[in-house]
Amino acid sequence: MSTIKMRSKESNGVVTVKALIKHPMETGQRKNKKTGDMIPAHYIQEVHSKANGKDVITIHWGPAVSKNPYLTFKYKGNKGDDVEISWVDNQGNKDTKIGKVK
Amino acid sequence: MKRRNFIKNSMLFAGVLTTLPSVLFAKKSYAAWPKTSFDIKDLTDSVKSVYGHNNLEESSKVKLKAPSIAENGAIVPINVSTSLENVDSIMIFVENNPQPLSSGYQLTQLAEPSIGTRLKMGKTSNVMAAVKSGDKVYTSTQEVKVTIGGCGG
Repeated sequence: MSTIKMRSKESNGVVTVKALIKHPMETGQRKNKKTGDMIPAHYIQEVHSKANGKDVITIHWGPAVSKNPYLTFKYKGNKGDDVEISWVDNQGNKDTKIGKVK
Repeated sequence: MKRRNFIKNSMLFAGVLTTLPSVLFAKKSYAAWPKTSFDIKDLTDSVKSVYGHNNLEESSKVKLKAPSIAENGAIVPINVSTSLENVDSIMIFVENNPQPLSSGYQLTQLAEPSIGTRLKMGKTSNVMAAVKSGDKVYTSTQEVKVTIGGCGG
């Protein structure tokens, strides 16, 4: 199962991309209530998007971005474009998803 | 001895040749995650580490959409858009968070300057959207009141 849910729609030459990524986004500033230990930081640091292989946006996230992050952005594009979204977190995990613009 | 050195050097040189293009390419498409900027705890220092200066200009062309009261500080929806042209980047700073820099968006020519996300806020704070267009940085600030903080366990 992909961690990325994505939807993109074109209107008047502008594509709106909306994405939800499943991720804990731990800040590293919270304590485990039972043990009192700090929960290690675990958050997405970089999200990158391409349309038909061309760079659209590079995003740097800090731990202040909410759990299961939501993201929306726009670019000049067309119906049928291949939109690719990929992310990397501070522990080196990653995922990528490609979707078609409606 | 000399021959050994020669082999060693030539291997080193071949290594440099093969890694160099990939390093150059990586630099061009991805800027590294700015750890220093994300670690800074003061807003003024944070802005300075991102842009190299503190010359911000408040502009009505920067549209920041945020709730005036956020019931749940763990999910505060933020939208930033602008009518400015040639936008390089959009940054969102939350003044009273442990680290003010929350996120940064580097746009290419293909992207429209309009982004949205959801942030965690520990307490009531000013939220500042900063848009870099050309050499200038334009901002828009709004206070978001938080009734339940989003950083506690």
